[in-house]
This record gives sequence, structure tokens and C-alpha cells, in this order.
Amino acid sequence: MKARAFSYARPSTVMEALETFADAGEDASYVAGGQSLVPALALRLQAPQLLIDIAHIEALRGVELQGGWLRIGALTRHCEVLTDPLIARHAPLYHAAAPHVAHPAIRNRGTIGGSISHSDPASEFPAMTLAMGAELELVSRTGTRRVAADDFFIDLFQTAIEPGELLVAIHVPVIRPGHRWAFHEFARRRGDYALVGCGVLAEFSDGLIEQARIVFFSVGNTPLRARQAEQCLIGKRLDEAAVAAAQALVGGDLDPPEDEHVPPAMKRHLARVLLGRLLGQIMRQDS
Amino acid sequence: MSEPINVSMTVNGSRVSCGVEPRSTLADFLRQTLALTGTHTGCEMGVCGACLVVVDGRVVHSCLMFAVQAGGSVIETVEGLTERAAIADLQDAFHLRNALQCGFCTPGMLMTAYSLLSQPGIPTRDEIRDALSGNYCRCTGYEAIVDAIENVARDRDAASIAQTREEAGA
Repeated sequence: MKARAFSYARPSTVMEALETFADAGEDASYVAGGQSLVPALALRLQAPQLLIDIAHIEALRGVELQGGWLRIGALTRHCEVLTDPLIARHAPLYHAAAPHVAHPAIRNRGTIGGSISHSDPASEFPAMTLAMGAELELVSRTGTRRVAADDFFIDLFQTAIEPGELLVAIHVPVIRPGHRWAFHEFARRRGDYALVGCGVLAEFSDGLIEQARIVFFSVGNTPLRARQAEQCLIGKRLDEAAVAAAQALVGGDLDPPEDEHVPPAMKRHLARVLLGRLLGQIMRQDS
Repeated sequence: MSEPINVSMTVNGSRVSCGVEPRSTLADFLRQTLALTGTHTGCEMGVCGACLVVVDGRVVHSCLMFAVQAGGSVIETVEGLTERAAIADLQDAFHLRNALQCGFCTPGMLMTAYSLLSQPGIPTRDEIRDALSGNYCRCTGYEAIVDAIENVARDRDAASIAQTREEAGA
């Protein structure tokens, strides 16, 4: 199918983009890489009057270290997430997840800011944003605010971004020496949407787990923290008993929706297996 | 609203400048306005890979971008790669190994292979399959396509080694 007719604007600054959106009276859509939006337009799931192409705004580009935070410009493409040395070092869960994001040609155009603001519940980057405890920098005509990932993902395809507001950068607290992490997902074929995926970030101090963030995706309307599994690990040494305890609790953390092909029991089972593998991986990194 | 916008881009080395409706995809623009029908439209939603083209040095789906978004870009289609003989060895290998039957997917397959083999080293069969994960073929079962790409990777590597030796010995 073909998209419904729309008009097109290509602003060169953030302010110009915000003004253009305001002038359009909310029936507008920002487009960056367009790898989710363009098919949605082709299928007429969305039909805005105006498409505002933000792909040429220089301020939305670049990756740089700012004190204890890594600032990743919203226009950073998936293929750049895969190869950027700063991301690999300081925001390693994005780097680990990137090869699983769709196919090479999609990664060549899709942007991390687009993926996070679209917030598909099966997407890797929104979940890893939550796993790393990142903050999202949003700009509107009235100013800039930073929203913690824990408050950002609200519901199915719904985030804390207000109409007209623009996600300009992702700020990731950089990895510290005590951090360990792991990522994996189960998909039927490489590049397909994950049946279940998970990222784990744990901080150790004197061999004990001080903090843990365990985030699953493709199990509900938003990326989801497995709070009970996280809690049971705090203050413990990561050994087989601790892994088993976390695995036993993770089923209760998740409430997957009914799905003809992947019923909730199967999702819970896969989540348990996945968590065991990831914690096992971290356990071996530690020794 | 939605009147044609004047768009300029470089396609296969030539400057192109004309009015285009914002809702026209790059794939439709290439096929219908420029008559470059080597770029195929299959699913038109970024799944099948038949519409791949090179935009500013990277292989992307031309069905997943509007022509207006490509304003100012440098585009190369399968016709461009063919004319400058960039994929002549791949075309030969696909032919020899029967790596196509109906041929609908072949332009996209060649684009992916071109992109994969422009990186250094010989990809493993798994890496070739991974690169092809976004290209559908409903005829061949992929095995012959992987063979053809692997053969070209080996031949190109052998040729580059021979050339290095020749230069060192000269």
C-alpha cells in the first residue's frame, strides 16, 4: 500500500522543528530514520498531514563523554551503535543488543532516538535504556527536561514524550569497574522480533551484588524490570543458588499477554532459561 | 498541502532534479520517474529486501524512505553497480551456481552481497547468511546464493593476495 498524501518539511535546527510542529497543530509527525514510521504510513496505521524530517539537524548527532555520562545523539544510527568505540566501552548493553536489531539494511538507516521514542515493546534499545538506567533528554518550546528511563516507558507505544516534544539525546551513566552485564534474546530467525529478550546490569562490591537491573522485553506492553528477581540478588554472592533463586522468582515478575503462537507459560519458561544463562555468564565473568 | 517538492540528488553518477510528491517512496521514484526498474518493489514494508539501493554509501530499503528524504543524497542502484562493473564477478557467480530462478530477489541479493564483500576479509557462511537475513528468496532455498557469494569472496581475496605479492616482488 501507499502512504496517504502529506506535506514535508526539513528543518535544520531543533527550534525550527519544534516551531514547525506547533504551527501544524499537532497533526504532524517527526521522522528520522523512518524504519518503523514509513511502513506504518504505507499500511496507513498512521496518516499525519505533515512529516517533519529531523534527520539533518546537526545538534542531534554525535556521541560524547560528559563527566560520568555518555551522551548519545538521538540520530545515532543502529549501525553506528554497533561500531562506535565509546558506546562499546561505556554503554555496552546497546553494543551487545545492536546485532539483534532487525537486519543490516534497517540498521543502516534506523536511529536509536527513533527506536526509543517509538517504543515498540519487542525492541532492544528501549529495554537496554531501562537496563542501564539512562536518562532521556527531551526538548520542547518551553525548555529542556531529562526523564529517567524508569519513568519514561508508560504503555504500548506510549512514552513520557509530550506532543511536539523531541527526544534529542540519551544520557547513559557510564559503566564502572564493579559492573557486569549480559544480553541475549530468543528469536525464531536472526533479525526477527524477539520471543523474549533480556539485558542484565549488575554492580558488585567486594564480591557481593550491590545493585541489579534485570530488564525483559517482548513480554508485555513496555520493557519490564524483574523487580523480585533483582531484589533477591541484592547483598548476595552470585553463585548457582542465587541464580536459581532469581530464576524461581522471575515468572512472577512477568505477566505476558495471551498470544496464540507464544503463550504466557512459554514466555515465562523462556524468560527463566534466558535469565539463568545471562546470570551464569556474569558469574563466569566474575571468577 | 502535499504538492510536488523539487528534489535534487545524484543517481548512478548523474544529477537528477525534478518535482516529486512527498508520499512517493524512493523505490517508486526510481522505478516510475527515472525508469530504473532494476530496483524491485516486493513487500513495500522493509521485509523482503528486493528494493535495496545504496544511499550515501550504505545499503538501505528504498521502500522505507520517501524520495524527498533523499534530497541531496548520492544514490546508486543495481543498474549503477552493473554499469561500472562493480558486481560483474557476483553476477557471473550467481549465473554459474544457479543462484537465481525467477530472479525477482536478485537485485537485492546483489546489493547485500556488494555491501558485505566491500568489508575486508572472507565472511564465513554464517556471516553471509546473517547478512542475507533481510533478503527473501522464494525459489532457491538460499544455499546456492550463499555458495555464489562465498566463491566470489574467496576469488577476490586470492586476487588481492596475488596483487600484493606482485607489487612486493616488482
